[in-house]
Amino acid sequence: MPEPQETFYDVIRRQGITRRSFMKFCSLTAASMGLGPTFAARIAHAMETKPRIPVLWMHGLECTCCSESFIRSAHPLVKDVILSMISLDYDDTLMAAAGHQAEACLEETRRKYKGHYLLAVEGNPPLNEDGMYCITAGKPFVNTLREVAADAQAVIAWGTCASWGCVQAARPNPTQAVPIDKVIFDKPIVKVPGCPPIAEVMTAVITYLVTFGELPALDRQRRPKMFYSQRIHDKCYRRAHFDAGQFVESWDDEAAREGFCLYKMGCKGPTTYNACSTVRWNNGVSYPIQSGHPCLGCAEDDFWDKGSFYDRLTTIQPLGIEGTANEIGGYAAAGVGGAVVAHAAISAIKRARKSDDDDRKQD
Amino acid sequence: MTSQAETTAEGLGSAHTIPRRSVYVYEAPLRLWHWVNAACIVVLAVTGYLIASPPPSVMGQASDHFIMGDIRFVHFAAAYIFGIGFLGRIYWAIVGNEHARQIFYVPFWSRSYWGGVAHEIGWYLFLKKKPRVYVGHNPLAHLAMFFLYTVMAVFMIMTGGAMYAEGTGLGSWQDRVFGWFGALFGNPQNLHTWHHMGMWVIVIFVIIHVYVAIREDIMSRQSMVSTMISGERMFKDGGQ
Repeated sequence: MPEPQETFYDVIRRQGITRRSFMKFCSLTAASMGLGPTFAARIAHAMETKPRIPVLWMHGLECTCCSESFIRSAHPLVKDVILSMISLDYDDTLMAAAGHQAEACLEETRRKYKGHYLLAVEGNPPLNEDGMYCITAGKPFVNTLREVAADAQAVIAWGTCASWGCVQAARPNPTQAVPIDKVIFDKPIVKVPGCPPIAEVMTAVITYLVTFGELPALDRQRRPKMFYSQRIHDKCYRRAHFDAGQFVESWDDEAAREGFCLYKMGCKGPTTYNACSTVRWNNGVSYPIQSGHPCLGCAEDDFWDKGSFYDRLTTIQPLGIEGTANEIGGYAAAGVGGAVVAHAAISAIKRARKSDDDDRKQD
Repeated sequence: MTSQAETTAEGLGSAHTIPRRSVYVYEAPLRLWHWVNAACIVVLAVTGYLIASPPPSVMGQASDHFIMGDIRFVHFAAAYIFGIGFLGRIYWAIVGNEHARQIFYVPFWSRSYWGGVAHEIGWYLFLKKKPRVYVGHNPLAHLAMFFLYTVMAVFMIMTGGAMYAEGTGLGSWQDRVFGWFGALFGNPQNLHTWHHMGMWVIVIFVIIHVYVAIREDIMSRQSMVSTMISGERMFKDGGQ
């Protein structure tokens, strides 16, 4: 018989936060998720009645940039998320406990809240050599991941590693690192890609999950629509320069100083779904394009294997040949054009000879 | 359905008259579609290339120019005409004559068809002395039309539609119709790249198509180019 869990509200009040501040927090959270004003009351109600959801946060092959981003969330503050909204029972990077004590927390939560905890995965499992390329607590990470996922209510794939594979899955992928949906099949997964994802996007996804007890609306690639339904390009503040045909042609040219569109510098904004151009980074201070650098497309699958970050036309590898569409297509068209000219020449010669023969016959 | 007309020059009293038979092959809506479509392809290829590799940057205020906006508008407008034209072409394949259906299927199980393909390949490799004449496309042309035109047109409409849907947004009708196809490519960068490759395939198709039409008009003694203008295919050496 599990002991009655504290609600979010209990925890918040115990920390000496006034009801007024609590209501402000609810409105702000609703606003940050793009929800209507009535949702503030629903969030408040949920927090007053629902028990805090235990979250297990696991780390596979990764660089911890997701955690670094997460702890910088401003709306809501990550302090509020960890101390008030969720019960972060296990996160080997952030937790005070270490070693056997930490692993005991993992086991305890799994047993106690079977089927009722959220699993957040940062990084991904390598499958090669039976998963020996990533060992946590003496076991292959892929095994632990499968076990913990089996009892989870839902799974959050943090960042491009867990969502798509990211750098460790880039060609030739020696460890055979795979995104977590290649290992976890029977649980609802929400992908929050980005390298790292935006802090506010991460905390908002958690807030949504704990508030409504279900996944937010997802797009075809299982990303939350509220943050990933538009491209960087669609809401880019430099979009007007794109439409005008005003481009940066080289670093430090006049156009770069004017803040023109970085399309020709290889900006992947037109093919990258993320909220950078609206939510921005570091509490809304800036984002890559605003600081004069093209978008790398870090929230998209396989972005490491698309050739140079500074080319608009990226490489493809059909039949082992590497080149851009213009190189491959241009050479092919030139080849066919040459063949056509040669064929036409042979046809003309053949025809001329034939008519010579015919003339001779007539003579 | 083919209407036939004997046209001979015998009435003119010349000593070198040859009876020339012509067959009505391409009906008026199909011919109109062909030329509208050809214009669309030229516009789409040029504007599409410029979208991927824009013209040199212009200075001044953003509000003074709309170069990419105009290029993209022309591309999208031509794409709508191309796409709707393709639907019209499918309609005409259903209600039109038998030749209107030719580019939509390959008679894969017909032995004589593949024999015809082999003969045509021989003809183009200068191994066969005499061309065979056909009322519609010859078997090799039939194959090329199906794979290089029809399949590619569908591919370009689907990939292009999916890219257009990225702009119109999730839930738009373009997204509902084409979005699932775009999602098959994963990273939208792949979608853009393959759409661009498709342009080059169609450029290659156009090179071959125009060359062969002119060459066969001369070499295989049957009209080609004028057939797509008048609809009549004339067999210059008389009978078929």
